[in-house]
Amino acid sequence: MAPPRALSEFVAEANEVLETLAHDVAVLDAQRGREPEPELLNAIFRAAHSLKGLSGMFGQERISSLAHHLEDVLDALRLGKVLASDPLLDAILEGVDVLTLMLREAAGDAPSEDTGRRAASLAEAFARLASGGQVGAADVLDEVGIDPAVRSVFTEYEEHRLRENVKKGVALWKVRAVFSLEDFDQRLAALNATLKPLGEVISTLPSSQPGDDASIAFDLIFGSARPLAEIEQAVAGVATVAQLTEKPVPPSAPRPEAAPRKPAPRLELSDVSSPELSAWPLSSGSSGTTSSPSGVMQGAEPSLRSLAQTVRVDIGRLDALMNTIGELLTVRANINRLAEVARQAGATPLPKLWAQELQKESRALERRLDELQGAVLDVRMVPLGQVFDKLARLMRRLVRQSGKDVHFEVSGGDVELDKLIVEELSDPLMHLLRNALDHGVEAPDRRIAQGKDARGVIRLTAQQLGNKVQIEVGDDGAGMDETRIRQVAIERGLATHEATEELERRELLNLVFLPGFSTRKDVSELSGRGVGLDVVKTNLARLSGLIDIDSRRGEGTRFVLTLPLTLAIIRALIVAVGDRSFAVPLNSVTEIVSVKPAELRTIERREVIEVRGQTLPFVRLARVFGLREATNDRHFVVIIGFAQERFGLAVDALLGQEDIVTKPLGGRLKAVPGIAGATELGDRRAVLVLDVGALLEELKRPQVAVG
Amino acid sequence: MLIVEDSRATRELLAAAVEIVEGVEVYTAVSGFEALKVLPRHRFSLIITDINMPDINGLELINFVKKNPNYRDVPLFIVTTEGREQDRDRGLQLGAAEYLVKPFQSELLTALVRRYLKL
Repeated sequence: MAPPRALSEFVAEANEVLETLAHDVAVLDAQRGREPEPELLNAIFRAAHSLKGLSGMFGQERISSLAHHLEDVLDALRLGKVLASDPLLDAILEGVDVLTLMLREAAGDAPSEDTGRRAASLAEAFARLASGGQVGAADVLDEVGIDPAVRSVFTEYEEHRLRENVKKGVALWKVRAVFSLEDFDQRLAALNATLKPLGEVISTLPSSQPGDDASIAFDLIFGSARPLAEIEQAVAGVATVAQLTEKPVPPSAPRPEAAPRKPAPRLELSDVSSPELSAWPLSSGSSGTTSSPSGVMQGAEPSLRSLAQTVRVDIGRLDALMNTIGELLTVRANINRLAEVARQAGATPLPKLWAQELQKESRALERRLDELQGAVLDVRMVPLGQVFDKLARLMRRLVRQSGKDVHFEVSGGDVELDKLIVEELSDPLMHLLRNALDHGVEAPDRRIAQGKDARGVIRLTAQQLGNKVQIEVGDDGAGMDETRIRQVAIERGLATHEATEELERRELLNLVFLPGFSTRKDVSELSGRGVGLDVVKTNLARLSGLIDIDSRRGEGTRFVLTLPLTLAIIRALIVAVGDRSFAVPLNSVTEIVSVKPAELRTIERREVIEVRGQTLPFVRLARVFGLREATNDRHFVVIIGFAQERFGLAVDALLGQEDIVTKPLGGRLKAVPGIAGATELGDRRAVLVLDVGALLEELKRPQVAVG
Repeated sequence: MLIVEDSRATRELLAAAVEIVEGVEVYTAVSGFEALKVLPRHRFSLIITDINMPDINGLELINFVKKNPNYRDVPLFIVTTEGREQDRDRGLQLGAAEYLVKPFQSELLTALVRRYLKL
């Protein structure tokens, strides 16, 4: 029944549901070996249920059908009909992956046969797993006597929770509270928070009593083993407590524990999105590396990028926006008033006073606009945890399949970045993590032989440094072998023997970023890495990010990614060459130095400068665009950092910094390499914005690059 | 009329299906709590509610409506998904007039709305 335009709405919501599902399943997975928390199971069930209903409404039969199978198995799980066994959890994890793939395919990718096959074998596995043992005993709820009228409003799940409490000998209470219609949701939330430490709130029943229009009564059905007096004291002044059952619940009849399985030693993580350092050891365990018990773990992972082009925004941030706009309106009113005064004063105004007032308003305007800009940027910000969660899930599985013993540490998930950047980061980060696992961390026996702990460590950390964010992917593995890197680079014709002789270790490491470095199979034999790092570099460069490698033989490798907080509005350095001005994105500027012409050197017919012991190409901006060169007794050199490369850009003058919004160019200028677009400065002057990436490519064109 | 449904996309579909009926003014609530808040403020001619919702479930909402003298006579439809027959049966016992199983044809919903509103 869905009109075609609704597809994107479906995809957006299904994607949100799936993300919640995936997150909760990751938490469940991390708790293997323990009895799952009822609330968590129910949340997962609800997500699968929503996805089924939603995809059904939009005619997405494939998704709906698989979600249905998943829902059945989760329903059985939350109702205690089956146990959370390893095969079951593996199948649920696989289910989330396949659903993600299917949604991607529904959103535009062509449906693949592989996905279909995986779905079919999953459906079979789910059907097998869901038909576990039946509980089927006399209903304990009949024994304790619950008012049938009350019982009739419970869902099957709520009844199950009641039963579980009765079986454990936990007494059932009816906690009654009357709240104002205005704020009952907050008051109920507070009451729930009070009750939660004492037991389980099974259901919240709105009551038609007392019946006036301003207030509403609720009965909270509450299971608690605490004495009545304690519960009464906790809710004193807010609610009254009465027994729900006619007969008291008999004290705990000992019954076998629900999850009689071997305790899994590897699970310490309770919440993957925890902003603090959360860590859990991952090991291949007993599930083997080639086939999982349920036989459903196979195929490639879906890309981790989210499908939705939307940002969910905290309402508080929108309020801040609205406030600022309100204040802007006040400023406008004041300016109007001033204009009116000026108009009425006619030929004899009070220019000085008037100008002062106008200046005051102008300053207020500037402040508010700054606030507005900040608030809009805030709206675009999302926590990195969104991507880290997904990466953590993937890593758990990859580690399990790799047969290596790896401790994966994640921290800094609370650091926020522009939504666009966060999305673009997931693939490069996945690449780096995969490399760390495949080529960085050694097999346990080799680690032991080297006197290292058998368990390797891979770290993913993020921290905010001013208006930049630094993300680090590190391992304590073998480190990169520069001899091999040199050899490979020469074999591939990426660098000459002579050229590599002159390179320092740091520069040698940078060779792994060259396209073509890692196209052959034997690259995986490198004790370091090198799988498709040029792709990582390209992705990062698009985000105005920098990437640095720090690798020590035998000790490990660290990739440090430095990213701007946002790309929407950037701060730019305005420079001048002759009578022309250009804007250089400040993200790419690492420092500015002043160089005398005598300090320039020439290597292989190219000018270079020495900055802090590092030799950098020296590029005269005037020459790049064929402008007249001024004769300077010193050059201002803007040191540009781009991905892993650095170079110095010589300009005639520095004019200051401005916030700019880059607008694309049309017409003939569009084809000029090295220009990203144009922007208008505060004085309404249009200037060209440099595209440092393209500039660098231009620069390298005539000869083969080495670092 | 009031549509209570926590899924945004489904809510829009439901609303679109009933809005083509002339003379129907549609209000939507994203949760049971929101429905409780909006109920005293308008006289609704019909309520359509989902069963599986995060705060209070649809059955509890039906019970609340049917026990309350102010709303008792408002016809109420439940929207369920396949496989939850027990919840559906309880909804009907509590006084729901009709049920729809997702996925359903929008024409069916439109026809039911017309019949109950005598339009």
